[in-house]
Amino acid sequence: MSLHATHRDAGQVTVVDLSGRIVLGDGSALLRKTIRGLLEDQRKLILLNLADVDYIDSSGIGELVSGYTAVKNQSGDLKLLHLTKKVRDLLQITKLYTVFDVFTDESTALRSFV
Amino acid sequence: MASDTKHLEMTLETQVESVNLAEEMCLRVAEAAGFGEDDCYRIGMSVREGVINAFHYGNEERPDKKIHLAVDLTADKMIIHVLDEGAGFKLSDVPDPLAEENLLSTSGRGIFLMRAFMDEFTVVSGRTGGAEIVMSKKLPAPGSASPNGQSGKSATPQQEA
Repeated sequence: MSLHATHRDAGQVTVVDLSGRIVLGDGSALLRKTIRGLLEDQRKLILLNLADVDYIDSSGIGELVSGYTAVKNQSGDLKLLHLTKKVRDLLQITKLYTVFDVFTDESTALRSFV
Repeated sequence: MASDTKHLEMTLETQVESVNLAEEMCLRVAEAAGFGEDDCYRIGMSVREGVINAFHYGNEERPDKKIHLAVDLTADKMIIHVLDEGAGFKLSDVPDPLAEENLLSTSGRGIFLMRAFMDEFTVVSGRTGGAEIVMSKKLPAPGSASPNGQSGKSATPQQEA
């Protein structure tokens, strides 16, 4: 299943709803393109909704980190919402769970950007 | 090779599509061998990472080089070999992705994931001169696999010490 991405504005924050697999190839490339596009539009507060992402490989992890760094470098913030169990486990064993701000509730996540 | 060992091998092109192809093939073997859902996920992910390693680091994405994938199904485990045509590497040279200075690295987690998800993992010098990843997972005891994959290791991958 390839990756799909749509985004919506919630005040100053842009919520990116992702579904599918973030893996080497088109999935990673789409995530990169989406985040870079938002930064070009000066949308620097980004919440990635991963509720429908059940698979990420090392390339996808690398792309998440790359996006996080790119946003931080522009004084923005990138946070994660609704991790599936597999994705949460993956971020925990790679210690990235301590790097990203992770939320289970969208309204709480949106308030955290203020 | 023991007579009760089933052997399967394929030669893959050095291209992104080979990663999905290898994963799909090994997943079918793992399912047929009786692995549960969680172990199939771990085996599939490990094969992906092995082939990504061969594609990107070993063969340096050069289309004139091949990736050699082999699967042995013995009486007690599934063994996967991923061989590239690169210059080879030493495991001791691979940076620790959990080190503080590497946490925000955008690459270098593949070896770590294979080690975490498989029961045995090593890298040897292959017949091509490239690196050969050899990794295995014990077969579930008869009747122990369930649709939710409660065989083998616990559902949550354990971090290595």
